[in-house]
Amino acid sequence: MAHSADVDFKTRLQSWLPKLVLSPSLAMVLVFVYGFIIFSVYLSFTDSRLLPSYGWVGWENYSKLWRLSHWKISLSNMGIFAALYISICTILGLGLAIFLDQKIRAEGVIRTVYLYPMALSFIVTGTAWKWFLDPGIGLENVLQTWGWESFEFDWIKNRDFAIYTVVLAAVWQTSGFVMAMFLAGLRGIDNEILKAAQMDGASNWNLYRRIIIPQLRPAFLSAFVILSHLAIKTFDLVIALTGGGPGRATELPATFMYSYTFSRNQMGIGAASATIMLMTVAAIMIPYLYAELREKK
Amino acid sequence: MSLATQDSAIRTGRVTRTLIYLVLLLFALFYMLPLYVMVVNSVKPLDEITGGGMMNLPQVFTLEPWAKAWSSAQIGVDPTGLKPYFWNSIKMVVPAVIVSTVLGALNGYVLTKWRFRGDTILFGLMLFACFIPFQIVLIPMARMLGLMGMAGTTWGLVLVHVVYGIGFTTLYFRNYYAVFPTELIRAAQIDGAGFFQIFWRILLPSSGPIAVVSIIWQFTNIWNDFLFGASFAGADSQPMTVALNNLVQSSTGVKEYNVHFAGAILAALPTLLVYIVAGRYFVRGLMAGSVKG
Amino acid sequence: MGFLDIDNTTKSYGAVEVLHQVHISIEEGEFLVLVGPSGCGKSTLLNMIAGLEEISSGEIRIKDQVMNGVHPSKRNIAMVFQSYALYPNMTVGQNITFGLEMHGIPKPEREKAMKEVAELLQIEQLLDRKPGALSGGQRQRVAMGRALVRDPDVFLFDEPLSNLDAKLRVDMRTEIKKLHQKLGTTIVYVTHDQIEAMTLSTRIAVMYGGYVQQLGTPQEIYDSPANIFVATFMGSPAMNVMPAKVALKDGRPFAVVELHDGTPAELPFSQDNLAAWDGRGIMLGIRPETITDEDAADRKSSNIAPMTNRITVTEPAGSDTFVTMTLGGKDVIARMRSDADVRPGADFKFSVNMEKAVAFDPETEMRIAP
Ligand SMILES: Nc1ncnc2c1ncn2[C@@H]1O[C@H](COP(=O)(O)OP(=O)(O)O)[C@@H](O)[C@H]1O
Ligand SMILES: [Mg+2]
Repeated sequence: MAHSADVDFKTRLQSWLPKLVLSPSLAMVLVFVYGFIIFSVYLSFTDSRLLPSYGWVGWENYSKLWRLSHWKISLSNMGIFAALYISICTILGLGLAIFLDQKIRAEGVIRTVYLYPMALSFIVTGTAWKWFLDPGIGLENVLQTWGWESFEFDWIKNRDFAIYTVVLAAVWQTSGFVMAMFLAGLRGIDNEILKAAQMDGASNWNLYRRIIIPQLRPAFLSAFVILSHLAIKTFDLVIALTGGGPGRATELPATFMYSYTFSRNQMGIGAASATIMLMTVAAIMIPYLYAELREKK
Repeated sequence: MSLATQDSAIRTGRVTRTLIYLVLLLFALFYMLPLYVMVVNSVKPLDEITGGGMMNLPQVFTLEPWAKAWSSAQIGVDPTGLKPYFWNSIKMVVPAVIVSTVLGALNGYVLTKWRFRGDTILFGLMLFACFIPFQIVLIPMARMLGLMGMAGTTWGLVLVHVVYGIGFTTLYFRNYYAVFPTELIRAAQIDGAGFFQIFWRILLPSSGPIAVVSIIWQFTNIWNDFLFGASFAGADSQPMTVALNNLVQSSTGVKEYNVHFAGAILAALPTLLVYIVAGRYFVRGLMAGSVKG
Repeated sequence: MGFLDIDNTTKSYGAVEVLHQVHISIEEGEFLVLVGPSGCGKSTLLNMIAGLEEISSGEIRIKDQVMNGVHPSKRNIAMVFQSYALYPNMTVGQNITFGLEMHGIPKPEREKAMKEVAELLQIEQLLDRKPGALSGGQRQRVAMGRALVRDPDVFLFDEPLSNLDAKLRVDMRTEIKKLHQKLGTTIVYVTHDQIEAMTLSTRIAVMYGGYVQQLGTPQEIYDSPANIFVATFMGSPAMNVMPAKVALKDGRPFAVVELHDGTPAELPFSQDNLAAWDGRGIMLGIRPETITDEDAADRKSSNIAPMTNRITVTEPAGSDTFVTMTLGGKDVIARMRSDADVRPGADFKFSVNMEKAVAFDPETEMRIAP
């Protein structure tokens, strides 16, 4: 019997190359994402103020955080914002997708119009809506000039209503994208099922309610996951649209974190708020990603 | 997943159809409204706006606000206009897009065609990184950039955008290469092609569509980023978004709304152009990135 | 030592062993077909020969060189894939010469080799096209060209014809056979189609459940299947296998089978070794073409047994008519000439060529005779 052929150097290198190529990205992610997460979480248990400092204070930052009215306001704003933003985007996206799925002429143009806000920066969106909603020069002023003297629309300057202007601008920016997701879902449904249901005598309404919409479950799930993580990350839009005001009427956790960390030199508390944001996102994303990646196996 | 129209089984009456068109048109107006406001008000004198004419077409047409926004508006302390910041953005976006796309392509190649034990977990780790609220990394990132001597530089921003962009680019290429026939890779192996030869000669020539998607996605996200720019940029590396925000929020002097609008369009123009030129890929990319894991 | 030795080779994915102790050795110029139902491990074995899958234990040798751990490109093999795996971005010519290029063969030599192969396969006029612009049959030829141009020690084929339509498949089958006869190369060929296996091979390995059930020439496999699986997998329609009892009459073993109404029929065996099974149950295997009408019975056979049974269904198929009856409690098929006078519901006098009958142990399912 001949002796075993040598496993040469080149062959061995080839078997290591894939891992070698993946390693820079992996190292970056491990350090800059997971390492940093650990560092931030650690900071949230320290007495860091202007600069990181390593005096352990236990849960003090968290208990301070939960006593701050500023934080509570940003949380309740988040609640209102997320609930409205997610539900309006979903309903609007689904509705427009269904309408657009009726063999509409110029569908391509309409789709482009609905989707272009996605390409814009929130700073641009915020600027446009900020001045359009401004009572001094925007809609209110315009309608009054046109002769509707008693018209009032000052939500953006009104503590009780300003948060809804954030919802409006955010919905404007993202609902077209949600529409596209649902449209793709609708186009993926087997037409023969629909034909069969029609032969069974289902009306259009029942067709959608009983057959089509239930089949869009994956699209609903993806829309929810994406919208909720976008909601939690919302930052630029508030900065550009209202700056968190009037007062604290439109503060969100993201703006809270930013101002406590960088303007108020309360890094420990800022880190604690960031940790809570991360946990919220993780609670939504991890089960979703887990399910998605497991299916693919 | 595709958005191609298929022969729908649904039939609708004439009244319903009219209503549907009406609703669709109404929403088209809603989506166009801010763009209309920005465009018409960027070419009229300030007094037309303050006088209640925001919704009107300009009576006097002027490009003055554009010129001012571009080259002489007061941003921060200097009356430089947005021009230098526009170039800052370009200098940041181009390398960041290229590097993150190349890395994403290589990662996707390894994760689909050179699979090993635990690769799905690694991919999961990279993917989750796309969705974290970036507030959680702001503080350590600022420290790290300082330690590496990259604080306040364009290269620092490039690094940040590459790090937090490779999750998405990897996702795109991975999904794309996953359906690329593995038998081709095996054939090339038998033919004697090595790891990089297979990538370069076999995979890359077929990767055009997904590369376009990845580039558009990264370009849009990085160009539009505000958080990292505001947190890590120095005076001479601030990107366009930060400069625009400074312009609009500045509390000194008269508020020149027409200049603000012109500046906003300038900031939106690159991504808007990309979207209009390559919009179809953009939509497909969004789909691939969000619907599939 | 053979030309290609697969020596006690196993394959496991994690804790699951998908190939168990495979032992195959073939000589230079042989055409070995691995055949078996989908999922039985054929492709896995082929990929191990190619070096695309690691060998979990055992050895694979080509020309007495141990191949374990050797890179696919260094084994001097070539492979034709089920999907053809043509590089979509390259022309046919570039597809064919890519392997030579990777092995550092200079351009003039590559061109010359390409011309020769193109001529052999009659694809000269396709050389500048992209694979996307070719028909299935043309792609198939290009894939073979890419393999041929390397002039390898062993050709590996993984279900190369299963993506072609029925007519083309038969043509290409003949073509592959011609090529083999002309070039005399060693081939390992995977298929799930037993007809391909029978027509092409010099030897067949029938696989099932990760085991090689039988290794032999097509004739051995067909006439003396090692077990009931091989017997029923090879041949179309499949071999009839039914329960029977062995009885001795004047020292000669008979198979006693129940006819449609439960009455026993006695069919004499040609093999005496079944005497040991006197009074015990066996599984009796009879190929459809060995049950005929009296006139069509094989004249060379010394053991034709008459049997009258009721016909349940007749299926005329042009050249033949398939006749179904109940025998030993099973549906048994006979392959008759198309002019045989058969009608459903009628009793008919069949002739059974018992020389070709096979008996299996009902417990182990292994062949006990012949
Ligand atoms: N990468 C793998 N991991 C685990 N099991 C596998 C893998 N590849 C193949 N198998 C299993 O090995 C067995 C043999 O597969 P294969 O050789 O492709 O069958 P065939 O080609 O005969 O249809 C199958 O049961 C299959 O499920
Ligand atoms: Mg197979």
